[in-house]
Amino acid sequence: MSDTETLTRDRQRARDANRRRTSAIRHAFLAALGFVLFYPLLWMLGSSFKRTDQIFSEAAPWTTQPILDNYARGWDATGLPFGWHIGLSLAICALTIVGNCLSCSLTAYAFARMRFPGRRILFAVMLVTIMLPAHVTLIAQYSMFRTLGWVDTILPLVVPKFFAVEAFFVFLMVQFIRSIPVELDEAARIDGCGDFGIYARVILPLLTPALVTTAIFSFIWAYNDFFSQLIYLSSLDRLTVPLALRRFLDGAGHSDWGRCSR
Amino acid sequence: MHRRRWKAYLFLLPWLIGLVWFTLGPMVWSLYYSFTDFSLLQAPNWVGGDNYARMLTDARFHASVRVTLIYVAVSVPLELVASLGLALLLNQGIKGLAVYRAIYYVPSLLGGSVAIAVLWRQIFGPDGLVDKGLELVGVHVPALISSPGTALGTLVALRVWQFGAPMLIFLAALRQVPADVLEAAQIDGAGPVRRFFAVTLPLITPIVFFNLVLQVIGAFQAFTPAYIISGGSGGPADSTLFYTLYLYQRAFGSFQMGYGAAMAWVLLIVIGLFTLANFLVGKYWVYYEDGGRV
Repeated sequence: MSDTETLTRDRQRARDANRRRTSAIRHAFLAALGFVLFYPLLWMLGSSFKRTDQIFSEAAPWTTQPILDNYARGWDATGLPFGWHIGLSLAICALTIVGNCLSCSLTAYAFARMRFPGRRILFAVMLVTIMLPAHVTLIAQYSMFRTLGWVDTILPLVVPKFFAVEAFFVFLMVQFIRSIPVELDEAARIDGCGDFGIYARVILPLLTPALVTTAIFSFIWAYNDFFSQLIYLSSLDRLTVPLALRRFLDGAGHSDWGRCSR
Repeated sequence: MHRRRWKAYLFLLPWLIGLVWFTLGPMVWSLYYSFTDFSLLQAPNWVGGDNYARMLTDARFHASVRVTLIYVAVSVPLELVASLGLALLLNQGIKGLAVYRAIYYVPSLLGGSVAIAVLWRQIFGPDGLVDKGLELVGVHVPALISSPGTALGTLVALRVWQFGAPMLIFLAALRQVPADVLEAAQIDGAGPVRRFFAVTLPLITPIVFFNLVLQVIGAFQAFTPAYIISGGSGGPADSTLFYTLYLYQRAFGSFQMGYGAAMAWVLLIVIGLFTLANFLVGKYWVYYEDGGRV
């Protein structure tokens, strides 16, 4: 074996060791950070199995004497079984998902595949509505829904979703439809499909990934949404999960304006 | 062909109805209300620019503007730096990338929820997790969340904790940076720091810009954490009185819907101006490979 070969091999070995060390440091850092980020969630999970005095005396998420008492008591702390609130939240989510997927895909199909006068202007308007803060329509919407008698029902939270108000999803789907080859549309048209046929039989099935994305985000946003639920829902049997959670928090401190405005 | 043109509007009909019914119409009405003393319970009376004039002398309005501007100015840059830094680390061909990515993303998913705001109240509250942790090193911080000087800081921390969403977008952008350009820079003798500032960063400026615009717009509208953590008051001493929280208090707490509508329009204009400024300044630092403009 020549000297140069030994040298290269030594260098190679040193380089490998070095790489392993950097990689180990990196993993240690990433894992430590991940743990710090996750710790609050673990702590919350752990706290749910602790007595109140333990929550405030122990920083560790685990406990030596886990209890299930909190779940039993928490389940009907609002006076209704918590499953009721969960069910209501899920119903709102389900309707939101259906509404968003239907209305946004119809709109996106027109913008992505059809030519019509005013297309550019309407598309620009659609994009602008993505950035519009909800507050600017809030008060007039509230007043309108109140006139319609929709306050303290889930209608204000659900009905707009059937009219493609979450333009972000329209934009997402337009971008996605643009990546679907137009030749497929043309083939379907030759086979006798009209626009609705192309939309329903060609585009919609291929749009599945975008629809799934829409469904997931619709769910998370609707489930986590607090502001509009706070404004529109007030009766005990209309409380969604976020509202029920808040009621635990300050049982006495909730404002009752929703009821008096009815 | 005319039939087909007409058909497009049929497809657009739900959206068009929604646009008029839920967006444009309410915007026009909100603008009208902002010049009235609308209280929801009585018919609105025209008061001209009174609502807007009142903002100039409303100390709580000023507090809410100050709180919101500080929140945007501190939390957005911190969140962007954290998300870009982590994205760079994760982009080094690391094993278990999917696991880290998922762990870092979870806070973003849950972040806007009431449950997390409640959790945050516990963590930074009296005898909370942070207090317990710091006691181990001999520091005692009774209640960060209920002292005017630190309450806003805990809300900034909550936002930075949710860096996962911009991080995912950065990660996708970093994947697009061509390896041969980086290699060429390396051969030319550029170290990792130089490579980042001279090659990677310029190439991902469009995405930095995208995240910046979105985060600024989002931060201006933050509501839930401040509402839950302060119990709806914006306290202690108005130190967490976010703009949207004050708007809510005025409109739905004391039924000053006209004032609330005026505040909403000011918010819209401010967000619009910030976004416009971002686009104008963006021209000077955002680089597009096709030579296009922001």
